Amino acid sequence: MSILVYTENWDGKFKKLSFELVSYATGIAEMLNTTVTAVSIGKVDENELRKLGNFGANKIISINNDQLIALDSQSYTSVISEITQKEGAEVIIISNNNTGKALAPRLSVRLKAGIGSGVSRLPLNLNPFTVYKKVFSGNGYAHVVLKSDVKIITLAQNSFDLVETLNNTVIENVELTIDGSSLKTAVKDVQKQTGKILLTDAEIVVSGGRGMKSPDNWGPIEELAGLLGAATACSRPVSDEGWRPIGEHTGQTGKVIAPNLYIAVGISGAIQHLAGISGSKCIVAINTDKDAPIFEAADYGIVGDAFKVLPKLIEAVKEMKS
Amino acid sequence: MKILVCISNVPDTTTKIKFAEGNTLIDTTGIQWVINPWDELSLTRALELKDDAASGIKSVTVLHVGTATSEPTIRKALAIGADDAIRVNAESSDSWFVAFQIAEVVKKEQFDIIMCGIESSDYNGSVVGGMISEFLGIPSVSAVSGIRIENGQPVMTREIDGGKEVVTVPVPFVAIVQKGIAKEPRIAAMRGIMMARSKPVKLVEPVAVEPLTEIVVFEKPTPRAACKYIDADNPAQLIDLLQNEAKVI
Ligand SMILES: Cc1cc2nc3c(=O)[nH]c(=O)nc-3n(C[C@H](O)[C@H](O)[C@H](O)COP(=O)(O)OP(=O)(O)OC[C@H]3O[C@@H](n4cnc5c(N)ncnc54)[C@H](O)[C@@H]3O)c2cc1C
Repeated sequence: MSILVYTENWDGKFKKLSFELVSYATGIAEMLNTTVTAVSIGKVDENELRKLGNFGANKIISINNDQLIALDSQSYTSVISEITQKEGAEVIIISNNNTGKALAPRLSVRLKAGIGSGVSRLPLNLNPFTVYKKVFSGNGYAHVVLKSDVKIITLAQNSFDLVETLNNTVIENVELTIDGSSLKTAVKDVQKQTGKILLTDAEIVVSGGRGMKSPDNWGPIEELAGLLGAATACSRPVSDEGWRPIGEHTGQTGKVIAPNLYIAVGISGAIQHLAGISGSKCIVAINTDKDAPIFEAADYGIVGDAFKVLPKLIEAVKEMKS
Repeated sequence: MKILVCISNVPDTTTKIKFAEGNTLIDTTGIQWVINPWDELSLTRALELKDDAASGIKSVTVLHVGTATSEPTIRKALAIGADDAIRVNAESSDSWFVAFQIAEVVKKEQFDIIMCGIESSDYNGSVVGGMISEFLGIPSVSAVSGIRIENGQPVMTREIDGGKEVVTVPVPFVAIVQKGIAKEPRIAAMRGIMMARSKPVKLVEPVAVEPLTEIVVFEKPTPRAACKYIDADNPAQLIDLLQNEAKVI
């Protein structure tokens, strides 16, 4: 018996998200008095793999196979489920990101394992195994019992703090032969965004709404984001109008994020917008309308005109930095 | 080619959800039910593809697992333009149960492209599409933000962390769609509403299967502390609070 955690890499590197997953897996392993096995697929060097050990992984299974570069949901599912069975793992932890959403449900069927998805806390109970998850896009939470022998948890990003647990980690390199004809996904083209902080990874996000009035007015939002090392985001109408790229749209039908700080400028705070940001640790609202619903969700608010407030805020950040 | 669009029936996204019976059930009084937003966009895109004769898409069917109370949602999908509908007559107990029923239907009827939304706005599971494909042993492509047909072959754009990939998989497959798949949901016109009345809705009885998960109780989110207001002329105070009180910068 053990806890299996799937740790994705990006061009051979792990991210904070990977360490969150291992920290979480270690938390469950302590509750169940068992060990953590991390699985990595792709070309990741030993130094990088060892980092997983800093968060409690006892064993790291590394699979480096040229045929598994692009995500092919069926072959990845085969690889992870075989390891699960070999390790006798009882719980599988995987991120709730795009990759996790592609793999977890397939693993569920393959292993007849109940899923708790978008989980944000350690299990509430071990017997019956009960997880805590968001429902109704943040308008509620549910205690869900997973009744199967093997259980799968997809962990909401940024919902679990990193916990350093030094363990004596063993790395096992596993060679696999994969039948080429079983790979069904053909990648024709890849476009990567470079040099920008990804919205889903960002610790700080500066977001603009329709109150910014025109795409030409985004200068101060970008400047503030630059100074704070933040990513930029926007409300849905802003991306629908083409003022900002669709990848910046946050909310129920866009990206769901949980940064440490979310600064909403000229955003009214519609329920569908809040669905994407209510997990943020701290929310700041800047809005001319004192009755805007965003202030009900905010920790700090400035009632005022963004075009006057932002320049002063930028000055204040510059002063703090100097 | 034939497209199947799986639709979920969910409370309107503006609903303030309330729980009943000691927080074990959703209080459905006054709730307006709608097609899950992503499913509505899937349906829109499926119909756009069918409108283009060169795509080779011959029909668009919608499928829903639910009781007769969700008939209005099915009729709405037909009014928007789906050719026909299938309803598996069962209360959906969990995602496993729903995906199992859908897979059983697909085994009997042939579809080339099965479209599912990335999540249902009620239980936020994000799992039904992936499960269907695994029950059927067919490929799935997740986080699909675009689909077109090129020389009879479906070509998809999928979102990856920090970028996009253009991918193909052989039919039949499941496309799990998200933002970008269609711009605005298509709205039913009067003619569509009239025609929907006579479009066929096939009723299928469920296959017995045990759910793997069970919700035992709901909770409301803990309310946030009241907002602290800062004078618009003094944003430096905000920076100070973020630094020393909230400790987030
Ligand atoms: C099914 C469905 C799904 C949806 N999903 C999403 C979603 O995922 N994300 C999302 O964001 N929305 C979503 N919406 C839309 C949502 O209902 C709102 O319409 C939208 O969030 C409003 O965007 P906004 O706050 O930018 O604009 P508005 O509501 O127009 O608000 C603009 C705000 O700017 C303020 N303002 C104006 N001028 C200034 C100024 N000079 N300085 C400061 N403030 C100013 C105004 O007081 C106002 O509060 C969805 C809607 C539906 C029906």
